[in-house]
Amino acid sequence: MSITATLATAGRVLQQLRRDRRTLAMIFLVAPALLALFKAIFDNEPHTFDRIGAPMIGLFPLIMMFLITSIAMLRERTTGTLERLMSLPIAKFDLLLGYALAFALLAAIQGGVTGAVGFGGLGVKAAGPAWAVVLLAIVNALLGMALGLFFSAFARTEFQAVQFLPAVLFPQILLGGLLVPRAQMPHVLQVVSDALPVSYAYDALAKITADNTGSWLWFDILIVVGTIGIALVLGATTLRRRTA
Amino acid sequence: MGPSGSGKTTLMRAIVGVQIVESGTVSVLGELAGTRSLRHRVAYVTQAPSVYADLTVEENLRYFARILRAPFERIEHVIKLVGLGGQTRQVARTLSGGEVSRASLAVALLGEPEVLILDEPTVDVDPILRRDLWNTFYKLADRGASLLVSSHVMDEASRCHEIVLMRRGEIIATGTPDQLLERTDSRDLEDAFIALAEMA
Repeated sequence: MSITATLATAGRVLQQLRRDRRTLAMIFLVAPALLALFKAIFDNEPHTFDRIGAPMIGLFPLIMMFLITSIAMLRERTTGTLERLMSLPIAKFDLLLGYALAFALLAAIQGGVTGAVGFGGLGVKAAGPAWAVVLLAIVNALLGMALGLFFSAFARTEFQAVQFLPAVLFPQILLGGLLVPRAQMPHVLQVVSDALPVSYAYDALAKITADNTGSWLWFDILIVVGTIGIALVLGATTLRRRTA
Repeated sequence: MGPSGSGKTTLMRAIVGVQIVESGTVSVLGELAGTRSLRHRVAYVTQAPSVYADLTVEENLRYFARILRAPFERIEHVIKLVGLGGQTRQVARTLSGGEVSRASLAVALLGEPEVLILDEPTVDVDPILRRDLWNTFYKLADRGASLLVSSHVMDEASRCHEIVLMRRGEIIATGTPDQLLERTDSRDLEDAFIALAEMA
């Protein structure tokens, strides 16, 4: 463990992103724009937007960080920089923590911008505090990062890495309760959704939206944080010091 | 030295400790290759330059210097060593092939390693710079570092103090350039290699 290595890595990751202005602009603009689109689509069903508006703010960073981490880690693997790092005196955990730190900062900004636009301009409603939604957005971003890190190990090309988004995240979002509340789904799908981490990420957001904070909110958050931990440990095992 | 596919890179990776070795052990400086304590003492430059394409030369060096805990004064020094003084603020993606490999070499020099393993370091480098790089290598060797340089160009071999000839994954001969020439009664190393390969 070394704070220097962690901070150096976080700084380096942000430096790389800073060069890519277009990606940065998309990270901060696409989520509010999509939220506005949802608002317009549900013009005749305002109660639906009331239900999913705040959870969407909290789930966007999950999707974004999954994608960015998959591609970034794949690049580290394919350009040889990961092999170089693995031959240097840096702990795997410091490398992962550096990434986590950089992406948490991005998620905070994305969540903050989307939250400001949503709660301020689009009339998104949450009975609970808006800051809690943004805070969960950061936690969810770390979940996306941890999952992206793990799944990137199974991709050899960027084309493959991009496909993991519809393969891994879309089913979880569909089953998680955003479109149809989980209680209204067929029993088999409910059981499946119980086993998926994004369901708990959504539940936590839904509970804050409905100010249902007493009922198992901490349990939901604990499941998400636990999954982050497990995925990071599994992800760390895919960073090999020795390869064939 | 050896033709493409003769196992040079695999051997070097085994010495760095990043290669899964099927059998046997590799020890470097008295320790098992790849051991944590060796990560400060052994540096490796892969054939494909491994620097961040979206960072400048200086940003790359700053990052790796912090990982290696090398003082920032080293950065200026290694930039001079590899002759990239004019490109420090250039993003690596926009550098020429030879410049990127030199940037990658500069990273390896940051930590003042005792063993420096270089996989084809002078490919794509113009003759003047190649001479300068070899002078740098000699300087490092004079200071006590061991350099292991791979190449498939026989001309490069003549610059080394000792040569290991490889073919099809096996070492077919070792010795100083003069010894190899003498042993095979050849005029140049190209002939010597052919003679030794046919003997093996």
